[in-house]
Amino acid sequence: MKYLWKCLKSYKKEAILSPLFKLFEACMELIVPLVVAHIVDVGIATGDKMYIVHGMLVLVAFGAAGLAFALTAQYFAAKAAVGTSASMRSMLFAKLQSLSYEDIDLVGTSQMITLMTSDINQVQAGVNHTLRLLLRSPIIVFGAAAMAFTVDVYAGFVFLGLIPVLAAVIVGVMAATAPLYKRVQEKLDGVNLSVRENLQGVRVIRAFCHEGEELALFDGRNEDLCAAQKRAGRISAITNPVTFCLVNLAVILLVFVGGVRVSIGALAQGDVIALYFYITIILTELVKLANFIYIVAKAVSSVRRIGEVLDLPAEPDSFLPAEEAHGDGAVEFENVTFTYRGGGAPALSDIAFSAGKGETVGILGGTGSGKSTLVSLIPRFYRAEKGCVKVGGVNVDAIPKETLRSIVAVVPQKTLIFQGTIRSNLLWGNGAAAEEDLLWAVGVAQADDVVAAKGGLDGEIVQEGKNLSGGQRQRLAIARALVRRPEILILDDSFSALDYATDARLRAALRSVGCTTFIVSQRTASVRHADKIVVLDEGRIAGIGTHEELLKTCGLYREIDASQGGGEA
Amino acid sequence: MKQPSVLKKILIRLKPYAPWLVLTMAAAILSVAGQIMAPYFVGKAIDGILGQDNVDFGRLYRLFAVIGVCIGATVIGQFVLSLANNRIAYHVLASLRRDAFRKIGSLPLRYIDNRAYGDVSSVILSDAEQFSDGLLLGFTQLFTGFATIFGVLIVMFVMRWEVALVVLIVTPLSLVAARFIASRTYKMFRAQAEARAEQTAFADEMIAGLKVVKAYTHEDENEETFGVLNENLRKKSLSAIFLSSTTNPVTRFVNSVVYALVALVGALLAIATAGTAAPFTAGDLTTFLSYSNQYTKPFNEISEVIAEFQNALACAARLFALIEEPEEPSDEGLPALGDVKGEVRAEHVDFSYTAIRPLIRDMNIDVPAGKRIAIVGPTGCGKTTLINLLMRFYDVDGGAIFVDGQDIRTITRRSLRENYGMVLQETWLKTATVRENLCMGNPSCSEQDMINAAIAAHAHGFIMRLPKGYDTVLGEEGTLSEGQKQLLCIARVMLCRPPMLILDEATSNIDTRTELLVQDAFRKLMEGRTSFIVAHRLSTIKNADLILVMREGNIVEQGTHEQLLARGGFYRELYEAQFEG
Repeated sequence: MKYLWKCLKSYKKEAILSPLFKLFEACMELIVPLVVAHIVDVGIATGDKMYIVHGMLVLVAFGAAGLAFALTAQYFAAKAAVGTSASMRSMLFAKLQSLSYEDIDLVGTSQMITLMTSDINQVQAGVNHTLRLLLRSPIIVFGAAAMAFTVDVYAGFVFLGLIPVLAAVIVGVMAATAPLYKRVQEKLDGVNLSVRENLQGVRVIRAFCHEGEELALFDGRNEDLCAAQKRAGRISAITNPVTFCLVNLAVILLVFVGGVRVSIGALAQGDVIALYFYITIILTELVKLANFIYIVAKAVSSVRRIGEVLDLPAEPDSFLPAEEAHGDGAVEFENVTFTYRGGGAPALSDIAFSAGKGETVGILGGTGSGKSTLVSLIPRFYRAEKGCVKVGGVNVDAIPKETLRSIVAVVPQKTLIFQGTIRSNLLWGNGAAAEEDLLWAVGVAQADDVVAAKGGLDGEIVQEGKNLSGGQRQRLAIARALVRRPEILILDDSFSALDYATDARLRAALRSVGCTTFIVSQRTASVRHADKIVVLDEGRIAGIGTHEELLKTCGLYREIDASQGGGEA
Repeated sequence: MKQPSVLKKILIRLKPYAPWLVLTMAAAILSVAGQIMAPYFVGKAIDGILGQDNVDFGRLYRLFAVIGVCIGATVIGQFVLSLANNRIAYHVLASLRRDAFRKIGSLPLRYIDNRAYGDVSSVILSDAEQFSDGLLLGFTQLFTGFATIFGVLIVMFVMRWEVALVVLIVTPLSLVAARFIASRTYKMFRAQAEARAEQTAFADEMIAGLKVVKAYTHEDENEETFGVLNENLRKKSLSAIFLSSTTNPVTRFVNSVVYALVALVGALLAIATAGTAAPFTAGDLTTFLSYSNQYTKPFNEISEVIAEFQNALACAARLFALIEEPEEPSDEGLPALGDVKGEVRAEHVDFSYTAIRPLIRDMNIDVPAGKRIAIVGPTGCGKTTLINLLMRFYDVDGGAIFVDGQDIRTITRRSLRENYGMVLQETWLKTATVRENLCMGNPSCSEQDMINAAIAAHAHGFIMRLPKGYDTVLGEEGTLSEGQKQLLCIARVMLCRPPMLILDEATSNIDTRTELLVQDAFRKLMEGRTSFIVAHRLSTIKNADLILVMREGNIVEQGTHEQLLARGGFYRELYEAQFEG
């Protein structure tokens, strides 16, 4: 909740004024029955027409004042709610961007997106309704009861008895429906899963002619959801009839009490009418309140979920006092061990090797051998658990994040190109890059034809780069990395969607760039010309050396090479 | 889409629920009747309380009993009304969701490929939900609203037409005011939805690529862009939310005017008729005042419902647009592809994804049954497109593709696809047990068949290491590496043993040692089957019977490995490049 206050703080004025004006509006409403009582008891009883006309004007005036108060309150409430949710959204987005890779893994993309959209919207609705109804409803309910006491003490006790019973009903129904709505949510997740899966697997499902089975599965989940929704709806359907029943029973009691009091001369007829109106006001207000509590409950749980993410620490700029790297692009691994959070066995154990300035290092190994993990320690996406990684002779923990990542450019395994143009994507590498720098990078990345196919650097890229093939995306991602003019370039299996000819041309071109290059691959062909090849097997180094050396010394390397038709050329 | 036509479609959807709708109306009338008559009798009761020692308790007790009946009628009516409404709304929702979902299986792939998954799924899920919320709220309130308005009017006119006339004339003002606000709100809500969509799209993309964002220290630029989008959304939201929230106070004000006028006219009338045969009593005034509240409340609610309805209609329009999206041309009545030998022929095939950029032009292929065809070529040359055409995920623009001499457009898609087994580079498994995934293509296979296939695909070992072996639910209990997923996909195809195979980079995620072992199983599987193999590693396709070399959408060379090498063309260039560099 503290984050909510923080966001609400800049709207303190609105957050106080809105309920205050609502309070004024409520007072206007509460006076109305008294005016009516006087019209009946004085105006009609004495036949004073002017009194009645005055009474009517007073009613209209109160209505107009109420309108003015209400509009002001609504405006402040909307402003505070929208503003609060907007700043919370900003805060959340900034926080998500500042998370460490480990926390990104922990939270997960889909939860992040839900937080950013539906949870924030819930908060907005919650703040809006709270400000509008927070003071109004209790004031109206208790105000009506208080007014009843001023009219007649005995009648006031009828109100005093009614309010807790109604509150109990509303709270009881809510308590009963909460687990049912949770169940609805669970069933909804199942339906969501079906939809997502069928969209993603549309080709496979059609290839296996599985549309019918998938539809049947969906139908089952859909019907479950429908049944759960009906069950929850059935319970909440009780609220209205029961409150109506209670309030009207109270009306009967009130008229009876009023009758007795009038009969002994303690009350006038108009007073009974006023009491009757107070009780109807309570009914109207309670219906609103029941609805409001539901919205607020949802908002509170959203705030809590958002808070959990906001509580996560931001990735620090550096973990040790900052030091200047030498700027030669040398990389050293000193007995590095690393375990993923929640992972049992270490993903990397005792990794020790070094890469000199301008060298090309191949990282080779089977699926799951720790190749990607190894290179992601260099830009400090993850931190070594034991030992340390040095860039330019300095422990990466001591290099400020921004500096480190401008030295090291990574082309990740899963290439992501963003909506915009080719140019806007390349400029990610370096916002200040000149036209010729971009064209140079495109040339080295063998992506000239991609640029040509899209009609130049300003060619449009749709969301997720969907209008590019896998190979085109990979080459643009490489160009983006080159625009940084990095000292260290990491290519994490970045050639997998390229054919061999392009792969070969690309590697030749990269060699001319002269930065320290890490090539992660499963293919020996991609790394055979490297200055040094590190062979990984289940997180341990199985061999280090050149292609020729490893063929002699490393059994695993020999096997991998042989399996790829090595030695044929 | 225009609103009337959407409304009409909604009504068509509601047709099967006609009996329930009738029940809803009956319940609404019962509930409203009780709600209208209760204040009437309360008014009558108040007329029994005239003053000191002038209270008719006998009359009070009789009226209390009558009021009790009114309460009972309302309680029953409201309860039945809610239940019937829930039923209608949730059933319509379920059927809409179902129809929308069914589209995923029958829309042309072109539609799905051209859209972000999130767009389509948000229509099926959130639009449907919001539509039903609007419908649920709308129905309950519209029915009771109108019933209350008419009921109250009738009773008022019967009681005292002069006062009723005041109410009748003034109240529509609130409707006019609400209408005025709603028409403006609709536009603002649309602007808000657009601003929100823009912001969500940006946030989605950046969150999905968060690791890249961080790798390129692009956080500040993103925050800036996000800030602009966020501020835009904030402004649009503020106008939309504030304007829509003015409806209530404005209509409430109109009500208070009505209330005041009723008090005025009623009180004057009471004085004028005092002592006559039909006096307008204080109790009558009470009834009228409470009616003026009861009568105007539905007007307010109706205006609220209108706002809700605007949104529901916008959602419905998107939902119907999806449901009515033209499907793949029906193949009902077409013959199924019978016993397939596996002879595949493409004649003069033209194809492009977009009209402006032709991809495949005049392609001719002739593949005898049982042969192994390899397709090679640089990235983006059209290999995957060819597979899209063979499987009929897309239809050719010109020319035709034949299987066993039959144009594939003259047979059912199902029978065509059943005869193909497919393994793609992009692995897809469902959130279900390993067993269900493996048996997807052949649900009737025996346990032993399944295990044999898994063994052949070298998947048995890691499957047994999963928490529950073959009964492990993938995605929940067991996470697999891409390579392992691909092995499962291979085992899945091995179980169906179709006459024709398509392997599009089927082993790209598997490390080469394992691949070597899997290749062996593939070799066995491909025996006697027409197979199309797309691969980067040329060494894996050397044994193909025919190699098609593609470049920019065209087949530039075809022949066996030896023939193509001897020819010294593009293939040779590709082949040599693999071992140089």
